[in-house]
Amino acid sequence: MLYFSRLKAAAILGACLLGALLCLPNFWPAPNAWMPWRQIHLGLDLRGGSYLLMQVDMAAVAKEKLGSTVDQVRQDFRRTNIGYTRLSADQAGNRVLVQLLDPGQRAAAISALSDLLTPSNGPATLPDFDASGDGTNLILTLSQPALAARASAAVTQSIEIVRRRIDSTGIVDPQIARQGQDRIMVQLPGISDPQRIKTLLGETAHMTFHLVDESVDANAGGPVPIGDAFLPLQENPAKKVAIQQSVMVDGANLTNAQAGQDPQNGGWVVNIEFDSLGARQFSDVTSANVGHPFAIVLDNEVISDPVIREAITGGRAQISGSANAQAATDLALLLRAGALPAPLTVIEEQSVGPELGADSIRAGAYSLAVGFVLVIFFMAAFYGLFGWFANIALIANLIMMMGILSLIGATLTLPGMAGILLTLGMAVDANILINERVREEVRNGRTPLAALEAGYKRAYGTIIDSNVTALLAHVMLFIFGSGPVRGFAVTITVGIITTLFTATVLARLLTSRWYIARRPAALPV
Amino acid sequence: MRFFYKPLFRMVPDGTTIRFMNGRFAGLIVSAVLSLASLGLFFYPGLRLGIDFKGGVVMEARTPQPPDFAKLRAALTAHALPDAGLQSVGGHNQLMIRLESRANAAATDQAVARVHAALDQVAPGNTVLSTSAVGASVSAELFRQGLLALGLSLLMILIYIWFRFEWQFAVGAVVTLILDVTKTIGFLVITRIQFDLVMVAAILTILGYSTNDKVVVYDRMRENLRKYKTMPLRQLIDQSINETLNRTLGTSMTVFLAALPLAIFGGSSISGFAIVMLFGIVVGTSSSIFIAAPILLLLGEHRLRRDTQAPKPENAKKVQARVR
Repeated sequence: MLYFSRLKAAAILGACLLGALLCLPNFWPAPNAWMPWRQIHLGLDLRGGSYLLMQVDMAAVAKEKLGSTVDQVRQDFRRTNIGYTRLSADQAGNRVLVQLLDPGQRAAAISALSDLLTPSNGPATLPDFDASGDGTNLILTLSQPALAARASAAVTQSIEIVRRRIDSTGIVDPQIARQGQDRIMVQLPGISDPQRIKTLLGETAHMTFHLVDESVDANAGGPVPIGDAFLPLQENPAKKVAIQQSVMVDGANLTNAQAGQDPQNGGWVVNIEFDSLGARQFSDVTSANVGHPFAIVLDNEVISDPVIREAITGGRAQISGSANAQAATDLALLLRAGALPAPLTVIEEQSVGPELGADSIRAGAYSLAVGFVLVIFFMAAFYGLFGWFANIALIANLIMMMGILSLIGATLTLPGMAGILLTLGMAVDANILINERVREEVRNGRTPLAALEAGYKRAYGTIIDSNVTALLAHVMLFIFGSGPVRGFAVTITVGIITTLFTATVLARLLTSRWYIARRPAALPV
Repeated sequence: MRFFYKPLFRMVPDGTTIRFMNGRFAGLIVSAVLSLASLGLFFYPGLRLGIDFKGGVVMEARTPQPPDFAKLRAALTAHALPDAGLQSVGGHNQLMIRLESRANAAATDQAVARVHAALDQVAPGNTVLSTSAVGASVSAELFRQGLLALGLSLLMILIYIWFRFEWQFAVGAVVTLILDVTKTIGFLVITRIQFDLVMVAAILTILGYSTNDKVVVYDRMRENLRKYKTMPLRQLIDQSINETLNRTLGTSMTVFLAALPLAIFGGSSISGFAIVMLFGIVVGTSSSIFIAAPILLLLGEHRLRRDTQAPKPENAKKVQARVR
């Protein structure tokens, strides 16, 4: 127990020093960009900010797919002159139903739908649909793997769009990550009121351009003509506009959108630019419909329905109707970032204002300091000199723990601070075990040296056993916990590991140096 | 100088010979009664679930003037939130608004927006200090995960102790842990401390701490089983507990001292955690002595002794214990 080679002693002190070095970046900002300056991050509950957990509407993904399939079946059958009736999407069964007029055309119908029934991308992938039914009945069932692949792609795409939308708001350091099958987690440091962001992320931002059906009055209360839809005006939802459902130009063909002011009346507008396909479609529609109103629809709301004054051929247009600069900027941002493949719903929100966060840090730090002092005094009173060795190990433990937490870039949360405090209480347990053992050995009549020797050796197994069980509990907590609780599990797990080093190795080194220097006749236990 | 060199005091005097096992039935009965009562409390009136597990909305806000509750309530009702609970907290201008769980996530999110609107209407210039909103489906999921973490921890601890010791030790520990957890739940019901994710962490910490405590006592028992081959198990358990008593109480003391300031100064969100910890330390420490040891005595009276009396080398015994 007494013998530590120079190299070993140096390695132990070196490890402590390394811990201190790793700990340092937390107290100063990085002096150079190239220096590895890793700090403990403060959790949103301490620095203020918002945590949003959003769910991608998978039912909408399936609905969208079925809807577009109905369109495609219609087109394919028209193109190949196959008579059909009762074409419909069955949402609950994830299938499309259709009846052929002539059962003899069944083979022709299936070959007409070859696009849907054969793998579209690469030989390895599965077809989107399976055909079944008999006689005149034709049932196209969306296959589960195809649906899962589509859903997964929708989440990936949504994450990308959420990232773009948040990035362009100028929020510093946002974190966006997939969580589970169909969820997206967003962390926004410094944003304590995420209302605007939630609105921004809540919009699907699917923009389409439609012709207005001038033959009906949407506000008169009559039936909706086939192929039309009555959509509310965004600025006045009570007023409805009758639009033709077929899409003239799709927002997917936009290349740019910028907020600006209309030089003529000073109102806020969004200037948009189309790609070549969009520009051609836009030019065709506008030149054919001069003098007629044209509706710009965003997420089933008409944002503006201006009358076309002349053909617009340059691929540029303006959307008026924004109430103020903020609204115009947000609309431009949404259009630029693209449309979400499916709506997102906020299913969990945690927001903490910076004031409350600062209060929590203060309370936590205060508790930490008081608890630390209490433990140190207890140990000193309970074990005297050996208590002080344990205390030195405890301080080293705290520093190393902070160092490792910095190194792994852990996030410190309020429960995490509680974890550090508990580690402080538990860390001295190893020393208590050792000291009690040493004491026993002394009472059994061993010499000081033999007592120390036996004490350390025999306590070791117990220390390992007792710490491994605690470690198991906290690894479970880490795996199944979420948010702040995870932070708690991380601090305790790191704490247990550093404890094993400082409480046994470092304290032993201190004890052995003291013993060699003093050669006491009796141990002060 | 003495403070630096010699110990000032001991938790208990050295060489105690307290007959703990004499009180084994009393300990088990008291514990069983307390745990059963806790179980009863769990069903009625039940835990006060936090919004993590129940779903709903909790918002804290600060208003420029002392908040006018009547007006605010009227405004919230006007915004279709008649179920809102209002409560003044902390400072004089601070209030808390609670909403029950909504049918779905979209409704929960909408409710948050409406609270904002009502606040702005009644108290312009307010600051929302914190918002927590959890949809009903998420809360059910969090609850399941919390229970899963708890169950798996128990299982891991059981397996670990079973491998390191013998099955009697593992059963004793896990039964004791279950008794500890039920009592903690009873404590939560009585104190009306909210049961949320942080509480799951608290309970798991108590589990870890309590196991740690039992493992130390078990370790000593195992050692003594080898050392005193003919000593009756009952006497051996008593002696082991006495020998480790200073350590048990010393460590409980340091953890207690570390958690105490957190309970006092930690602030609303974390003091509940610390208070439950303090309770858990007391329960965990006493159960090592009064529950885990008696169970071991009941289960091991004949088996543990027979094993250790066999004059085999230690290693052979270990291997045998593992195989079995």
